[in-house]
Amino acid sequence: MMNRRDMLAAAFLTIVAVFLVFSMLFMHPFGSPTRSAMDQYIIDNTVEETGGNNGVTSVVFDYRGFDTLGEATVLFTAVASVVMLFRRLKK
Amino acid sequence: MKGMSTIVKTIANISFPLITIYGLYIIAHGHLTPGGGFQGGAIVATGLALLIVSRGSDWVESKIKEHDLSVLESLGALGFIGLALLGIVMGGVFFSNFLVDTSMLFGNIPVNGAADINTGGTLPLMNFAVGLKVIAGLFGIVLVMALAITKKEDEL
Repeated sequence: MMNRRDMLAAAFLTIVAVFLVFSMLFMHPFGSPTRSAMDQYIIDNTVEETGGNNGVTSVVFDYRGFDTLGEATVLFTAVASVVMLFRRLKK
Repeated sequence: MKGMSTIVKTIANISFPLITIYGLYIIAHGHLTPGGGFQGGAIVATGLALLIVSRGSDWVESKIKEHDLSVLESLGALGFIGLALLGIVMGGVFFSNFLVDTSMLFGNIPVNGAADINTGGTLPLMNFAVGLKVIAGLFGIVLVMALAITKKEDEL
């Protein structure tokens, strides 16, 4: 016999599973994004504009550098909090 | 964390330089081959973590202090943001690639799409800054955790 908490969890999981299955059915086919103008621009111009052969690095450090700044901030915050937590134990 | 046996130390001594050189290669060639500052920094930090496990955290702490690693990590972050701010001064936009197509360091334009090590503008410099930041950050995390474990082992 399931108690109320288990029934609540089962109902919640069912709703989430239905949600996921439906969103999977309406996904775009693999390899065909809706808009590809930006992708094509980067593919065509990355070597002349940034001088790097690796398009991913060009996007990460040049075209979308602000995104990388956030990524670096996340790493910095993680390191700072871990060091702050464990430094007290070290002594 | 205490050190391990002689066998482990020997194997770690052999593989540590190879891992470090491979990671530095990934960082330095970030604008040419797959990888970059984050990935190469993680590889180098893995080699340093191997050193901590094999030699013990006290031996590593006697070579480099955890405090210096925090300074190095902040230097990497400041270099990254400083390069991005230099883009405003030199190129007018945040994260502007102001070194491309100049005769300065990393300023070459690739001929026929084939880039070499001296191309990429600010990309290699940013890779170096992020690489330093990731190496020092991850190494600092592992080192401070290992030191905390050592302290707990001594108490028990």
